[in-house]
Amino acid sequence: MVREEAENTREDMVIDGVENGHKPNYEIPDEFNSNYLKTYYDKFFPFAEMFKWMSYGNDRKHPGCDASYFGRREFSFTLENDIYMRFQSFNKAEELEKAIKYQCPFKIDIGPVYSVDPKKRNSYAQSGDNVFRPVERELVFDIDISDYDDVRFCCKGADVCSACWPLMTVAIKIIDTALREDFGFNHILWVYSGRRGVHCWVCDGKARWLDDGQRAAIVNYLHIHKGNEHSIKKVTLVGQTFHPFMGRSAEVVKEFFEEKFVLNQNLFSDEDRYEKILEMIPDESITSELRGKWQDKKRSRDDINVVRWGQLKHLLQSGKQKMLGVRRCVEEIMFTFTYPRLDLEVSKHMNHLLKAPFCIHPKTGRVCVPFDPKHCEDFDPSSVPTLSRVSSHNLQLLEELNMRPLGSGGEINLENTSLGESYRYFKSSFLQPLLKSCKEDIENAHAAKVQQSSNSLSW
Amino acid sequence: MEIIGSRRKSFLSPASDAAPTIPIYRSAPELEVRLEDFELYAVHRLRVLKGISDALSRGKKPNEMENVVKELLKVHMSHPEASQVMSKDIISHFVLRLVYCREEELRKWFLSMETTLFRYRFLLETSEAQIALMAEFDLPYKIITNAEYENLKDKLNKVARSMNSSADTIYYKAPFEKVPDLVARREVFIMKGYAYVARSQVVSLLVTHYRSHLSKALILTNRKWTSMIREQEKDRLTPIVEALSTSYLGPDYSQPKDFGEISLRDIDQIARSSFPLCMRYLFEKIKEDHHLKHGGRMQLGLFLKGVGLKLDDALAFWKSEFSKKVGAERFDKEYAYGIRHNYGKEGKRTSANILLDNPCRNFEKLSREENLRAALNNMGVANRALEDVMDKVRNKHYQLACTLTFEAVHGASCDQGINHPNQYYSDSKTILESRVYYMKKNLREICRGAIRAPLPIMPKLLHFP
Repeated sequence: MVREEAENTREDMVIDGVENGHKPNYEIPDEFNSNYLKTYYDKFFPFAEMFKWMSYGNDRKHPGCDASYFGRREFSFTLENDIYMRFQSFNKAEELEKAIKYQCPFKIDIGPVYSVDPKKRNSYAQSGDNVFRPVERELVFDIDISDYDDVRFCCKGADVCSACWPLMTVAIKIIDTALREDFGFNHILWVYSGRRGVHCWVCDGKARWLDDGQRAAIVNYLHIHKGNEHSIKKVTLVGQTFHPFMGRSAEVVKEFFEEKFVLNQNLFSDEDRYEKILEMIPDESITSELRGKWQDKKRSRDDINVVRWGQLKHLLQSGKQKMLGVRRCVEEIMFTFTYPRLDLEVSKHMNHLLKAPFCIHPKTGRVCVPFDPKHCEDFDPSSVPTLSRVSSHNLQLLEELNMRPLGSGGEINLENTSLGESYRYFKSSFLQPLLKSCKEDIENAHAAKVQQSSNSLSW
Repeated sequence: MEIIGSRRKSFLSPASDAAPTIPIYRSAPELEVRLEDFELYAVHRLRVLKGISDALSRGKKPNEMENVVKELLKVHMSHPEASQVMSKDIISHFVLRLVYCREEELRKWFLSMETTLFRYRFLLETSEAQIALMAEFDLPYKIITNAEYENLKDKLNKVARSMNSSADTIYYKAPFEKVPDLVARREVFIMKGYAYVARSQVVSLLVTHYRSHLSKALILTNRKWTSMIREQEKDRLTPIVEALSTSYLGPDYSQPKDFGEISLRDIDQIARSSFPLCMRYLFEKIKEDHHLKHGGRMQLGLFLKGVGLKLDDALAFWKSEFSKKVGAERFDKEYAYGIRHNYGKEGKRTSANILLDNPCRNFEKLSREENLRAALNNMGVANRALEDVMDKVRNKHYQLACTLTFEAVHGASCDQGINHPNQYYSDSKTILESRVYYMKKNLREICRGAIRAPLPIMPKLLHFP
């Protein structure tokens, strides 16, 4: 209690400092707390854009628009002390803004659009016959670095560093390309989840209308890992050749594995690690030959990992090895280590919740920022803007707020903060084209309907 | 009821070489049906669908399924008069639509089984018949042009080789959502949202259309059922329809059965009629939660073993429930061992018995939750008998409560008392089996005497969309 009061006083001082235009000369306490969050929702959170996005063009006056659309979307708040408030819904942007500022949720999740207002679900429940059911939902993906724990040696669990984060980059590249090239989706938003992974929102109408079976089909198309945590080799590739999608993914996987991953993770540097790889090879004579070679540690000018991977590849793919299964093993090893590992259930069902972009991760204080998948190599989770200071080189939104010049008023322009880049990307590269195509969809559907009814009138 | 002429003719005309032999059930036929055939045909088709459901839950592979379906059709769907085979097929389908349209779960099951049936029937056809059927579906998808084919040839051949199959030259272009099964198995080339479906895979497109048509039709049939048919037919068809769905997993007395064995498809029915309350409680819990804690798994598992469920069936049963919650993989990894253990296939013990540390303890559990009354009511224990049972429970005489329940459910006395769940079951079965024999005999006589005259019911009744 005492501690809380102390923090409150300090927080008040920060706010005073802003309003009086004094340049603060004290440190903002590092720890995440709800007062900071309040300031963030007050000054930074892009309510207007979130509302625009979730309306998908239905917030206009056009007769084809569905005025109830936004109001049927489920929002879910997680308050301090893990109190969950599910099935929140709002009719207007102002209602959403008011509720978030009032509740100050630690986490905001977005659910599906239901057939009826989710707030009134109980009154429909009595009527039976499944009136309350999800009817629309973005196709979403969730990839967590902690799912790679058996193949990374730098970190464990929620930790992530520059040696293992590139696994995410590979995942983004493979999934994003497949979604665009194969499935023909255009409006795809990638968001940093704030700590250990990334989220993907596919927002095309065609994606939002997919049923659960079709979602599962897409997930299975993208998913190749089989087996459980006890099986070493998680990927088995069959068939005389690769499916075009697999062929394309294999190129990404190979380039990354050979040029970065083998070195980054020191995959062949000690026995524990290379034994794991040798276990994936079905041919005993090959494994014992390699083991023999690797036991005496000859000094070499080249990196030991690169040399040993070369030896393994050479043995498996040399002319002598006629068996496809043995030759395939090289690819199977690379796929096992670096092919994307998806959280399948999140993508398969319409009614799964996913954290909204621009939330603050309560453990790291980092903003869940959208980013451009075209430049995903450049994305560095450790340089993401944070609400309060985490380490010396992190950007700090509250500090920026306090540093603003005198007389800049109550409103803050997001573009001029360290969130600027993500915000601009979200607004002009994602939202604008999305809303344009939503507008076209709505107008075309309406025109077709009008046409149809005029046809039937003339009968 | 107006039906598009050509279409109707094509599936009602006697089977010629060109005419497809699988009806696509677009609209209800104008056929006269005897009331007894109405029920009989439905039961026959139900056996086919049950057989498919069983085979799927046993994890039969596609090529095995073809034979299963072929065999089921031969056994159940034939008719002494060749000209009646098609009518029987159509009538039985539409009757089951009525039976299975009335609840979400029923619709889902029916849709899934009928779709599977259609898939394998199509695959069993000759390619001429397949082409005729495709024409009947009148799919809105075009065969890709030569130029387009040449352009994509490399990729298309790669997909074929990746499945170790030979390459096709005729491809249909359809939105990928229309062939989810092919997409899921990566058996089709997709580009910019379109799947290029080989001639040999076209069954996937047909199945999608068949399924979506049937799904919509079931919803409409349900509306008609609740708004009109149920009331109009309350003295004639409604009782038959309602009985068909409640006995839908009923034991099949026509099949020879090894003594003391039960099959997976009978289990729901048997649970309803002959499980003691404690096991019914666990059984319903697993159906609802798709999960049971260790003690519950052990109790129900050993009980089912005693009832005569074979290991393979037990594994299939637990897997089908658990995988809904934890996924098939986790089941295999974490739970399958325990099931095999119950059957003495794992660990030291060669056989295990239910621990009777606190028999009938689920009485206690239920009474705490104030659900006991409802549960007993559900079993058909009411009024005086219910109060007697509740009285025993209040005094913590759970075994006596169980015995009283048994007596109330079966309407027979049980002098030696119930001491073990499996005893409850075997006593129950003895009573019920003797009774079924008499009931069947009675029913047959009633049917013979009373309702023999052919009734023109189809055109009046079945206004299916």
